[in-house]
Amino acid sequence: MSEAKIRQNTPMVPYPSGAMVPERDLGSIPVLECSHLGIEFGGLKAVDDFNVIMGKTEIAGLIGPNGAGKTTIFNLLTKVYQPTHGTMMLEGKDMGNMTTVDVNKAGIARTFQNIRLFDNMTVEENVRIGLHNQIRYGMFSGILRLPKYWKAEKQQHEKALELLNIFDMAGLADVRAGSLPYGAQRRLEIVRALATSPKLLLLDEPAAGMNPHETEELMGNIIKIRDQFQIAVLLIEHDMNLVMGICEDICVLNFGKIIAKGTPDQIQQNPAVIEAYLGKRKEAEA
Amino acid sequence: MKTKKARFITSMVTYGVVIALYIVLTIMIDNKSISRTLKGQLIPICSWIVMAVSLNLVVGISGELSLGHAGFMSIGAFSGIVTSGWLLNGFEMEDPTLRLVLAIVTGGLIAGIAGALIGIPVLRLRGDYLAIVTLAFGEIIKNVMNCVYVAVEGKALNWGFLSGDLPGTLLLNGPMGAVKVKTISTFTAGFLLVMFTLVVVLNLTNSRSGRAIMAARDNRIAAESMGINITKYKMMAFVTAATLAGMAGALYGLSMATLVPTKFSFNESINVLVFVVLGGIGNIPGSIVSAAALTILPEKLRFLQNYRMLAYAVLLILAMLLSNNPMMKSLWKRLIPGRKEKAEGEGAMRA
Repeated sequence: MSEAKIRQNTPMVPYPSGAMVPERDLGSIPVLECSHLGIEFGGLKAVDDFNVIMGKTEIAGLIGPNGAGKTTIFNLLTKVYQPTHGTMMLEGKDMGNMTTVDVNKAGIARTFQNIRLFDNMTVEENVRIGLHNQIRYGMFSGILRLPKYWKAEKQQHEKALELLNIFDMAGLADVRAGSLPYGAQRRLEIVRALATSPKLLLLDEPAAGMNPHETEELMGNIIKIRDQFQIAVLLIEHDMNLVMGICEDICVLNFGKIIAKGTPDQIQQNPAVIEAYLGKRKEAEA
Repeated sequence: MKTKKARFITSMVTYGVVIALYIVLTIMIDNKSISRTLKGQLIPICSWIVMAVSLNLVVGISGELSLGHAGFMSIGAFSGIVTSGWLLNGFEMEDPTLRLVLAIVTGGLIAGIAGALIGIPVLRLRGDYLAIVTLAFGEIIKNVMNCVYVAVEGKALNWGFLSGDLPGTLLLNGPMGAVKVKTISTFTAGFLLVMFTLVVVLNLTNSRSGRAIMAARDNRIAAESMGINITKYKMMAFVTAATLAGMAGALYGLSMATLVPTKFSFNESINVLVFVVLGGIGNIPGSIVSAAALTILPEKLRFLQNYRMLAYAVLLILAMLLSNNPMMKSLWKRLIPGRKEKAEGEGAMRA
């Protein structure tokens, strides 16, 4: 599959506010709106003045050199860290007072750069943890094994297998998650995040440790997920094939600040981006 | 962790073995082919099994080290004794079975409420700090119980703190504890309480709530990011364990003619923790076996007289070495291929 085949060339159009979103999302409220978002760790501005608007079904990329603050932004969006500046809105709702749990319930799900699966549980149980707030029953139904327990457990089982099937992992349902190969663990994290039925999916280096073939498959799957669930995806990735291949909008970060925003083609031409990644030319300095 | 099917089989085998043991022991009691010391220990063994299984819910399943579990047992024991005495003196309820059931339920409820109250501040802490604070609460409970006087006069319960000048018959007499308790606990009640505890703990573990409790233990940040309210589920495990400990306490208290508050000291909390650790953290059948064995063992060692506790300690160390050391584990693995995956899983859990 070549780059061009995967990326659907949707024209990017401006919102009234000036932010660019894919044309198809113009009619609906943006799923995520950050303005002047920032966090300071004792005087160090890890993220500073981060502004972004994401359309309802947009796939956006967050790139930048190591230590640029990409994962910090994910931690801010999921309230693992409390932002010290700025505001975040999820589908027009202010996220100021939300906790990590509330953020997930409101519709943001994430994966982790250093995989955080529940290693001692099976693959299916990991997905069931994701379904925790989707298919519910109380503690007493569980202890007394009331009819509600059997019904909900069956629903959870079916839903978990259905989600695992996106990545052809239904056959691995009874395997201990910690014993899966690395690539499969990354895919399981995505399935687990999807199980919480998010509106915005945050993927932290989804292709890390995957071979080119697996990466290509993953690209197709991300598009498939977006189309099937009609959700927005924000991803951090160092694999430029993946970023340039599927992202409609890219945001480049360096030292906590946005240095460039735009479509993949614009980003590839941007001198500030080239400088951040490769450094300045000697001749230019002279 | 095991797959769903394997876990179902383990549960069923656990229930089966407990029921079988009960039947065998009942027949032995009828035939009088059981020693008197062992017969006298059956009810305490049931209480300690319930204690060990319930502490395993906190330490093993929820992953928080609690060092004050005996405190909840104390609350359950004394509220059970008061309930039973009150029902007998105030309402002339002669039926011991009904009184026992009501006493156990009350003991569980009051210990559960205490667990909730203590859980609110304690579960905000993590790791070592949580252990220290639970230890402190265990001691506080012991010292408070040391000062409580309860007397029954007709249908009224009078209670005093630090002073025993109360009208009516004293049920709790401060540091003297409960005296002349009508022992109404039976082995059958103990067996039923063990079964009840097993049903609660095993069913809870294999449910949505149980998975959330384990998720919170395994990876806090991931669990929160999946929308799991950590405090709620830690609390659920803690309060359930406190309730069960209170029930065990009521059963225990009503099997003894006298019971002093200092009985439920830090030593007893540690004792229960030893049951849990020796039986395997998170391993419910293991808790049952080790609680029973370690309750019988000190009695069996009586012939050593002064060296009894020394021998007990040495045997404990040997048991830990033989069951939990990696070399023995790999030996087991080679001897019994079926154990391989299980041993690996346990190793990973510890790491």
